[in-house]
Amino acid sequence: MSVDTATVAKIAALARIKLSEGEVAAMVPELNGILAWVEQLGEVDVTGVEPMTAVIENKLRLRDDVVNADPLTGGDNRDGVLANAPAAEHGFFGVPKVIE
Amino acid sequence: MTDLTELGVAAIRDGVAKGDFTAVEVAEAFNANVAAAQKALNAFIVATPEKALEAAKATDAKRAKGEPLGKMGGVPIGMKDLFATKGVQTTAASHILEGFTPEYESTVSQKLWDAGAGMLGKLNLDQFAMGSSNETSYFGNVISPWRRNDGGNAALAPGGSSGGSSAAVSARLAPAATGTDTGGSIRQPAAFTGISGIKPTYGRCSRWGIVAFASSLDQAGPMARDVRDCAIMLEAMAGFDPKDSTSLDMPVPAWEAGLSGDLTGKKVGIPREYRMDGMDADVAASWDAGIAWLKDAGAEIVDVSLPHTKYALPAYYIIAPAEASSNLARYDGVRYGLRDLPDGAGLQDMYAATRAAGFGAEVKRRILIGTYVLSAGFYDAYYTQAQKVRTLIAQDFKNAFTLCDLILAPTAPTAAFGLGEKSDDPLSMYLNDVFAVPASLAGLPAMSVPAGLNREGLPLGLQIVGKPFDEQGVLNAGLAIESRAQFSAKPEKWW
Repeated sequence: MSVDTATVAKIAALARIKLSEGEVAAMVPELNGILAWVEQLGEVDVTGVEPMTAVIENKLRLRDDVVNADPLTGGDNRDGVLANAPAAEHGFFGVPKVIE
Repeated sequence: MTDLTELGVAAIRDGVAKGDFTAVEVAEAFNANVAAAQKALNAFIVATPEKALEAAKATDAKRAKGEPLGKMGGVPIGMKDLFATKGVQTTAASHILEGFTPEYESTVSQKLWDAGAGMLGKLNLDQFAMGSSNETSYFGNVISPWRRNDGGNAALAPGGSSGGSSAAVSARLAPAATGTDTGGSIRQPAAFTGISGIKPTYGRCSRWGIVAFASSLDQAGPMARDVRDCAIMLEAMAGFDPKDSTSLDMPVPAWEAGLSGDLTGKKVGIPREYRMDGMDADVAASWDAGIAWLKDAGAEIVDVSLPHTKYALPAYYIIAPAEASSNLARYDGVRYGLRDLPDGAGLQDMYAATRAAGFGAEVKRRILIGTYVLSAGFYDAYYTQAQKVRTLIAQDFKNAFTLCDLILAPTAPTAAFGLGEKSDDPLSMYLNDVFAVPASLAGLPAMSVPAGLNREGLPLGLQIVGKPFDEQGVLNAGLAIESRAQFSAKPEKWW
C-alpha cells in the first residue's frame, strides 16, 4: 500500500497538524519509503497468533474508590492544573469561541 | 587532591560518607564542568547548579548530624529532560513544551532526590525521544565529546535519544544520568560514548511523570561509568508505583550487593540471526572478544536462534509511532505548552496551527505514520499484524531462554557516526537500532557495557539481554565483561 498527496493531507487533518502543500508533497515519498519497508511484515505467518497486549504479564489494578486517595493525582488543585495553560481565565481554560 | 569529576557514583557516595570530601565540593566541581562544556557540547537544555548545591548541602548537613545519607547520598546527576521536575522547565526537547514548568515531580526523579542525589540540570535529547543521534532536538544537536583518531574534528553523534545523558557522563559533566529506552535509547548512546547503561524489565521503573512516547515500550534506567554505578542508581530508581498501571508490584532486589562476575553454571546464548551479512569487522571482533570473556568468567556459550529478528524493526516502526500518535494528541495548545492562534482562527485551526509550529519534522513524520496505521481500513493490516509479530518476537526470546540464561550481542551495528550522515534518510537512521529493538519489544532487561575501541578510536558496546526480572544476571555478565575488557579510554578534552 502507498499513500498519495490526498491521503497524506487527510492523515494530517486527522492528526490535527497543519501542513502546507509543499510539506504534504515532501512527506509523500518519505512515508512511502517507510510503508514499503514495513510491508515485509506481511511475509510473517501469524496464523493462530494473538496480538500482544501486555509485554510483561501484570494484573491491571483498580485503586480504592476514594476521592483524592492520592493527593498527587487527586482533585482540588485547580490552580496547579491551570498554571501552565496558555490562556486561563476565571478559573477555566480559555479557548477560541466554539459556539456562535 | 584528586579531580572529583573523575569519580563515579560509588566512589562519590563512599567518599562523602567517609568524609574524604564534602558533597558540596563534589557538586561545585561538576557544576563547573557543566558550565565549561555547555557551549561546545550542548548536553544540557537547562543547568541547575543551585539544585545540585542545595542537595549537596542537605547531604553534608545530614552527615554532620550522623544521619544516613541514602543510596545516592552526595551524588549529583543529570536528569534527561523527559522527566517532569517540579518548578524546572521540562520540554522533551520540543518547542511545544518550551516553558512548561511542571507542578509535580516524576516518581523516578523523586526517588533519586529521596536517595540523596542532586540535580545538575536537564539533559538534551531527541525531541520526544524520537531519534538515534540527538539531531531532532529543538534546542540543537548534542555534540559527542568523542572524536575519531584521524586527526580531524568531525562532530560525532552521541547517540539517541539519551544523547545529552551519554555525552554528559562520558565528558565528566556528571557521574551518572537518567535515560529512557523505548527502542534502544539508553543502550545505543551508552555504546557510542563508552559508558554503561541498563534498561530494566518493563515495569521496574515507574513511568509516572515521564513524557510519554510509546507507553508499552518506554522504560527509564541509569547511565553511568560502570556496572556497579548502574546497579546503585537502578536500585534508587526502581520500585512499585500505584500511579503507573503497568508498574511491577515486586520488591527491588539489592543489585549492588548481589554483584558477582563469576558466571560459573550460567549459559550465554549467541543469537545466530544477529550475525548479519556485511557486519562491521570491528563490531564482529568485539562480539567475539565478549564471547571469550564470558567463557573465561565461567559461562557456557550456546548457539540460539531468534528467527523473527529481521521483523523487529519494522514492527517497532508501526507500534511506536501508533502509540506516539495517540500519546501526543494531548498537545493541543489548551492545557499547557505552546499555543498558536492565527487571527480569527477557530478551535480546530488552533489545534492544527499549534501542532504544526510545535512539533519538529521527525515527530510529525511519526505522528502521521501512527495516524495512518491506526486509521480505519488499515488498522488490521498494519497495527494488528505488527502486534502479532511482536508476540512472535517475545516468543523467540522465551524459546531461547529455555536453552540459556542470558544473551550476548553487539549493542549497535556501528560505532558513532557523524552528525548529518544519516539525518536525511529516516530509514538508515532507524536501522541503527536493529540490535536494540527486539529486547524492547519483549520488555526484557538489557544492558550495554563498553568493550573496546574500533580502528577509528571510537567506543563499541556489548549488549546483554536477560530474562524478565533478571537484572542481576544482566549486571553480573556486564561486570564479567567490564573486568576483562578493562575499558579505560575517555574522550580527550577539546571543549
